[in-house]
Amino acid sequence: MQLIDASVAKWVIDTAYILVAFLFVTGLKRMSSPATARGGIFWAGLGMVIATLVTFLAPIAKQELAALAHTNMTLVIIAISLGGVLAWWSGKRVAMTDMPQMIALYNGMGGGAAAAISAVELYKTGTHGAAFNILAVLGGLIGSISFSGSGIAFGKLQGLIKRSFRFNGQQFINVIFLISTLAIGLLIAGGVTTGTAAVTSFFVLALILGITMTLPIGGADMPVVISLYNALTGLAVAFEGFVLDNVAMIIAGTVVGSAGTLLTQLMAKAMNRSLANVLFSGFGEGAATTSGPVSGSQKAIEASDAGVMMAFAQKIIIVPGYGLAVAQAQHKVWELAQLLQNRGVTVKFAIHPVAGRMPGHMNVLLAEAGVPYDLIADLEEINAEFETTDVSLVIGANDVVNPVARNDKSSPIFGMPILNADQSRNVIVIKRGQGQGFSGIDNGLFYLDNTRMLYGDAQSAVNQLIQAIKSVE
Amino acid sequence: MLSGVVAVYIFMLAAFTGYEVISRVPVILHTPLMSGSNFVHGIVLVGAMFALFNAASLLEQIIGFVGVLLAAGNAVGGYVVTERMLEMFKSSGVRKTPGRHK
Repeated sequence: MQLIDASVAKWVIDTAYILVAFLFVTGLKRMSSPATARGGIFWAGLGMVIATLVTFLAPIAKQELAALAHTNMTLVIIAISLGGVLAWWSGKRVAMTDMPQMIALYNGMGGGAAAAISAVELYKTGTHGAAFNILAVLGGLIGSISFSGSGIAFGKLQGLIKRSFRFNGQQFINVIFLISTLAIGLLIAGGVTTGTAAVTSFFVLALILGITMTLPIGGADMPVVISLYNALTGLAVAFEGFVLDNVAMIIAGTVVGSAGTLLTQLMAKAMNRSLANVLFSGFGEGAATTSGPVSGSQKAIEASDAGVMMAFAQKIIIVPGYGLAVAQAQHKVWELAQLLQNRGVTVKFAIHPVAGRMPGHMNVLLAEAGVPYDLIADLEEINAEFETTDVSLVIGANDVVNPVARNDKSSPIFGMPILNADQSRNVIVIKRGQGQGFSGIDNGLFYLDNTRMLYGDAQSAVNQLIQAIKSVE
Repeated sequence: MLSGVVAVYIFMLAAFTGYEVISRVPVILHTPLMSGSNFVHGIVLVGAMFALFNAASLLEQIIGFVGVLLAAGNAVGGYVVTERMLEMFKSSGVRKTPGRHK
């Protein structure tokens, strides 16, 4: 059954991995422009298929793998089919509004796989060098944190975990977990303890650390957290690549690690906060109540009046936020925008970098509804335009349009760049109730003289607006 | 086998590559790009396959099996959701029909 010999198999694998690395980098590069993005994921996907197929030659390339090859080969095929089919099925049927948690889930799976590689290598007692041990321990630690942390992020975004768990001394307990995990890790890496018990407790501690780190982080910080765990999984994969001497893993993992780190920094910068601040201090949940009350009252408006106001406007900017995703209102919003366009109104969409629960969340939802991407503008592009806008329609967004970020130094969101919706002539805010936003901070925008509140679920409120505008004719 | 120095060189150059590839990406593509890089680290699948091929004891086989299962989920799921998202990005004039929705 031996069709090719070991040296040929090794040559095929090594050569294919070079091609795979090239395809991955090319694919990611193409994904950085909307016009070429679809080709990009195709090239990266082709790379993955090639990498997986040639790896089946591994038992031939390495003679020492041959002994258990038959059983393990069967296991590999079963595991790939099972995992692949489940992921394909879930990925195909998940709604676009649930995309953040699916990405968190798949990312956690990658981290878990990296940790599993470390576990298999570390459970093997015997002749490892110090460098090997250190990298395996690091990859295992980061992979485990990413695995359990992403799991918690998934639970929060899916609504399985309703609240953020915070208590006094939480940081202290996290630090104790971190130190004890690192201590056992060092003992293993140094070859002092290599027993099964030590390795097991190392992984258990690392998994707990991921959970306790992520539990206190609030929903508004999820874009940063998801992006961070993505980068961490990449890094863990790179470390496993060193452990297994696998260049394709080193390159792909490192590229993702550095790209993800950059993206995480962009997210944190958009909130004017440092990464440490996101991870270690609660946003809203604890600190926010200190900010003073905003004077004035919220003025409600009926949908029929709001509809008339919008029907006779010349320029409207729509500011979507997480409330749009919750209510799945993206299709209705685009219907509303098209209706206004047909009346000759200029309609644009303004997206804050951290609106929603993952980087670019709103862009994806609007794209799903069919909004062309040239109608969608970033914060820098559009902020100067609010002054010449008749109506800003804020749908389920809160902190990203809160003027408090500009002028209240005591506010936790002070300094965060916001969309200047308050500068437009009229503001209509669609909001479920009078409560505060996710951060728990009062929003000065809601109390302005030119602001009217349209209470209700985003989907039904937008629907009422559509009816109101239709009845204007 | 990689020598330590060569490994560090590869690590460094790949890190620069990742930074350069992503550094000028418009906000509109942040999600697909994150999802795309999420897919790319699904390459952990080949590592998990090696680990399972290598597994000598029952414990190693169980962990290796879970590893391959998770890695395959990462790779396939990452691809499917990225593809679905990128499919939706069209400029105006290309189409007017609403996107798929379930």
